[in-house]
Amino acid sequence: MAGSDPRPFNVLGKPLRRVDALGKVTGDTRFADDFAMPGMLYLKLSRSTVPHARIAAIDVSRALAVDGVRAVLTGKDFPVPFGILPVSQDEHALCLDKVRFVGDPVAAVVATEELIAEEAAALIGVTYEPLTTIASPEEALRVPEPRIHDYGDGGNVHKAVAFDFGDVPAALASAHLVVEDWFFYQGNTHLALEQHAALAYLGTDERLTIVSSTQTPHYVHRAAAKVLGVPASRIRVIAPPQGGGFGGKTDPFNHEIVAAKAAMITGRPVKIALTREEVFYCHRGRHPVLMHMRTGVDRAGHIVGHSIETLLDGGAYGSYGVASTFYTGALETVTYRIDRYRFRGCRTFTNKPPCGPKRGHGTPQPRFGLEVHIDKICEKLGLDPAQWRIDNALAEGSLTANWLKVRTIGLVPCVEAVVAASGWKERFRKLGRGRGLGIAASSYLCGAGLPIYWNEMPHSGVQLLLDRSGSVTAFCGAAEVGQGSDNVLAALVAEVLGIDILDVKVVTGDTALGPVDLGSYSSRVTLMMGNAAVEAAQRARDRLADAAGLGIPLERIAFGGSRVFDASDPEKGISFAEAVQRAEAKGGTVGTIGSYRPPKAPGHYKGAGVGPSPSYSYSAAVIEVAVEESTGIVRVEKVWIAHDIGRAINPVLVRGQVEGSVYMALGEALMEEQAFRRLPPRLSGALVHQTPSMLEYKSLATLDMPAVETILIENPEPNGPFGAKEVGQGPLLPVPPALANAVYDAVRVRVDEVPITPEKVLAALRSSSARFGPSKFPAVSWPEALIVPPPWEGGDGNAINEPKRRERPERRRAEVAKP
Amino acid sequence: MDLVPLTTPSREKLRLAFTVNGEPRDLVVESYKTLLEVLREDLGLTGTKHGCELGECGACAVILDGELVLSCLVAAVECPGRSATTVEGLRQGPELHPLQQCFADHGAAQCGYCTPGMLVAAKWLLDRNPRATRGEIAEALSGQICRCTGYLQIFDAVEAAGRTLRGEPAPAPLLPSVHRGSTNGR
Amino acid sequence: MMRLPRFRYLAPRKLSEAAAALADLGTQASVLAGGTDLLPNMKRRQQTPATLVGLREIRALRARSGDPGSGMTLGALTRLSEIEHDSAIAANWPALAQAAASVATPPLRNMGTLGGNLCLDTRCSYYDQGPEWRAAIGYCMKKDGEICWVAPGSPRCWAVTSTDTAPVLCALGAEVTLVSAQGERRIPVEDLFADDGIEHLTKKPGEILSAVHLQKPTPDARSTYVKLRRRGSFDFPVLGIAASARLRADGTVEEARIFLSGTGSRPTNAAEAVAFLAGRKLTDEDVLREAAESIAHVARPLQNTDFSMSWRKQAAREFAARALRNLLP
Repeated sequence: MAGSDPRPFNVLGKPLRRVDALGKVTGDTRFADDFAMPGMLYLKLSRSTVPHARIAAIDVSRALAVDGVRAVLTGKDFPVPFGILPVSQDEHALCLDKVRFVGDPVAAVVATEELIAEEAAALIGVTYEPLTTIASPEEALRVPEPRIHDYGDGGNVHKAVAFDFGDVPAALASAHLVVEDWFFYQGNTHLALEQHAALAYLGTDERLTIVSSTQTPHYVHRAAAKVLGVPASRIRVIAPPQGGGFGGKTDPFNHEIVAAKAAMITGRPVKIALTREEVFYCHRGRHPVLMHMRTGVDRAGHIVGHSIETLLDGGAYGSYGVASTFYTGALETVTYRIDRYRFRGCRTFTNKPPCGPKRGHGTPQPRFGLEVHIDKICEKLGLDPAQWRIDNALAEGSLTANWLKVRTIGLVPCVEAVVAASGWKERFRKLGRGRGLGIAASSYLCGAGLPIYWNEMPHSGVQLLLDRSGSVTAFCGAAEVGQGSDNVLAALVAEVLGIDILDVKVVTGDTALGPVDLGSYSSRVTLMMGNAAVEAAQRARDRLADAAGLGIPLERIAFGGSRVFDASDPEKGISFAEAVQRAEAKGGTVGTIGSYRPPKAPGHYKGAGVGPSPSYSYSAAVIEVAVEESTGIVRVEKVWIAHDIGRAINPVLVRGQVEGSVYMALGEALMEEQAFRRLPPRLSGALVHQTPSMLEYKSLATLDMPAVETILIENPEPNGPFGAKEVGQGPLLPVPPALANAVYDAVRVRVDEVPITPEKVLAALRSSSARFGPSKFPAVSWPEALIVPPPWEGGDGNAINEPKRRERPERRRAEVAKP
Repeated sequence: MDLVPLTTPSREKLRLAFTVNGEPRDLVVESYKTLLEVLREDLGLTGTKHGCELGECGACAVILDGELVLSCLVAAVECPGRSATTVEGLRQGPELHPLQQCFADHGAAQCGYCTPGMLVAAKWLLDRNPRATRGEIAEALSGQICRCTGYLQIFDAVEAAGRTLRGEPAPAPLLPSVHRGSTNGR
Repeated sequence: MMRLPRFRYLAPRKLSEAAAALADLGTQASVLAGGTDLLPNMKRRQQTPATLVGLREIRALRARSGDPGSGMTLGALTRLSEIEHDSAIAANWPALAQAAASVATPPLRNMGTLGGNLCLDTRCSYYDQGPEWRAAIGYCMKKDGEICWVAPGSPRCWAVTSTDTAPVLCALGAEVTLVSAQGERRIPVEDLFADDGIEHLTKKPGEILSAVHLQKPTPDARSTYVKLRRRGSFDFPVLGIAASARLRADGTVEEARIFLSGTGSRPTNAAEAVAFLAGRKLTDEDVLREAAESIAHVARPLQNTDFSMSWRKQAAREFAARALRNLLP
């Protein structure tokens, strides 16, 4: 069903204008804040000005007295907690008894004008009883009390996990060479240009309706029902197209729920549009991660044992953090052959905005470490790092040491492509002082194998409505973030049914108007929604073929050019609309459904739920830099990037995703930092975001963007719709390490830390170690490691030191779904 | 002393008569509003976006009296009698402006949120310099942040629109090279 | 969305009317020119003037007179983009064109004025923040608080001059006219600035900066502006080096003026470097290096802008050398 099609494609692979392009270039596309309603009130949140405190009292009387104020809400209006993961229901829409970071919302004002709401919010008096503040993971490990939350793995540790996939210490002991490294990847944020906004109202359909810039309307739906005590059947969540998400709009947010409650209380539509500063407080961005790696290789450079320890700065709430923690270890094994693998991961709570999933979720940090680590190993062994990646690439169809099943792998062609395009063989280590080339490769998921909450239902569903006119409407809960998922849906349906892409109308991102799709995260939509769409379209095709009455065997019936015809005699046929009419006459209204659920994963140990995916994409990048030795300023001259796309549904959009990933990665690699500032403790207890503004949170503008050459590897993936894989996240991954490796090639210093700022390069240039980066990893009390023998050491996917789980399907859920 | 042609006590409303996309508008708005807020909230022209309201992102760019400006930093009290062009004013009748055509064809609009500001800034450039080079395009758009595209397809689109405006055939979108059929099998 | 606070607005048509209004309203009023500095500050409630005196109706402030042969006067409302694209300015006072072109972004240069850029509020990462953020640190000396968080023991505010055009106009020996209800005065641009993050202008609250006067350049005059910042656009200078000089054909420095932005509350005069250079050959790499060292010596960055303080100090040497090299033909 999801396989390749021998016929030339009508739609796939063609550089067609995306179906939602018109609204975007006319300004007619309506984003969440573009919705307004008569009688609409404005909501403003009053946020904590202290990083960690008990709330002793809140005085809202002065705010209530302001002319134009309609309601003031506080934490007691929201006693029920919520959170994206079932194991981390640790947020309140407004803080109940304590605040956990500067920016945590404590009260809300609803007024006739936003300015009035803001003026009134400033009059709310909150009395705080300050608590000790935790600013870093090291501090969180050192200071178990007071606890930021009263759950987790003890003290201020949110989650700690430990796995041994084979005996790594033994492997290292017998290795030809063991290399040890420490890396740090700074936190950064999504900075989607659209600030989060929500409009809530009581619909004439008796539904509490929330229009919100969310990547996950389904999860907002669930959280709103839980917190507000309204039956889910009477809540409708609409996710209009978003002005970028990148993972920053995948959690249910406090402002959405407060707006909904405010609409319930006032009986009026209520709008909130966050300021940029508030978006920095929503965050859920890249976790700062400290890493410690030890790797043993044989004489040829083959990895006999690899160990990684990660320490994540989680911020003040759980968010996706448990999954993020697992992801700092889960995909370490899917690029190169690794005989034995040891992973330890720990996430701590700190008094800062919560971290969560950003493009690449939990994997860019260890990918940075691993790819720089390999560069060093190759240097020590005298191997070409590009050739090493080819020689050590995982074989297709592999089962990895941690029991991930990997099907198609485009890693080698990706490396070969960027090596050829960049002139690597002639230029690496030969460009002279100040100029350098670096390479790195990577892999990413095409959707998480398990849902966020345990259930047996599909991850994505598509319904088709075929109209007599020949127009087809495709309904799906998927959210269009800007990545082009609406276009994927239309293209796949149009391809299967042989009609013009504009004859497919898509209805997405509305919980009342389409089957559930879990959301636009983990690069899951193209593959999962795509497979559901293909299934639904195939079923429609079957119905039309059956009713077409062409008097030929079904297998000869072809669809194309908005016609249904005899493949052996194309003149013989009817229009697509006519075929719909015949099908409708024969069997009634023509509607079909398709749904998708990923295949079961082979690993069964506790924690095996994070990492499996129906498919993995691969990427490789070569970057050329010029490094100014007097200042440490790095200029990126060019990026060559190849991505294993499986099949490009639309090459223009694919190019945009690849280049956008490169852009975002360069920002992370060079300058973006979600950094915090603590004032001198004797004078102040303040712990604040250093730069919550577009101006001071530095992201690349036009003049900072280098040339990028994009190459696609098309090797159709049997699990993908027409062979397609993801492209939204994977191409980000190789860029930061390729940049670091290029800096080394240019000036022979290692910056083992992201971002690679001029300060760090210059410090490395002036250091006797020719390096900048961390050199220790704090003591963490790891839990007893689960021992899971790799497949080639006689394992069966279970841990040998925990009860077998295979026979107990009710426990075969993701770690993330279970406390 | 005669100095109050536009006196506006703080709680009073502002009478604002000005031209938007060639059409006269006469309305009464809150006097603290910026041009951005008037366009979006009082005129319903939500094509003009906001990403910071502090002049730090470029999303709210409009053309005011022939100059590219940021509507978030133009006080409405300074707008009477002036003429603004927003993204909604690019299209002439049902026909898209060449910039709009090229943005659509070249993948220059991903999420589309920076697009109105980009289009307006690009129009301002091409109106002055239809032969703008890629370097001049990057310079002219250096006040507009896009977090999706990496800008390169936007540059392509503006270049292509320049060609269209000069009466030359618009180039097809630049596609990545595709390597097929190779695998990782070993 | 961030909103402006409520304010009253006056739009005088004559400079005298504006001056009279300011005299009347005192510190409760601010003049509004391009708005690119004042309005963001108002949105963040760093400045909350009860009345804005809009200057845009005053034609005299857009006037331009003179020419390169005799010196030129630019009205304070001359937009930065006009300066950036003015061929006469580029030919005779290239540093001014370079500085104007390096300000912020194209739309902000279309809005921002020369007078506004000169009077730009000093900047500081503890000050250029929203009201709740500033509340979270207990405010600072510059607005609503007691302490300067850059140097908590200090009795003064260390907010940083971040204008690109001010050091250039200082280096060019330009002058400004200040108009008030009491009359007008003309002072060197250098004297417009005071070494205090709060009272950073010597301009009195009732005074309006009305015009900038550029001296006629000598045939051997050269000038340059070099700006250090993170990105190619948007960013304020963390270091701006403006240099002007008269050079003999053999590279000997007859006279030079060098001022820095981003290193103190007012443009920093690199007087020692200037004294050192006088009579020496800029073509001599050792001379150039020593002068650069001397410039870097007076660039005393503080930890309240982008980039680390120590790196900015180190980079100053390189950027100073770059500026000096730019002076050579």
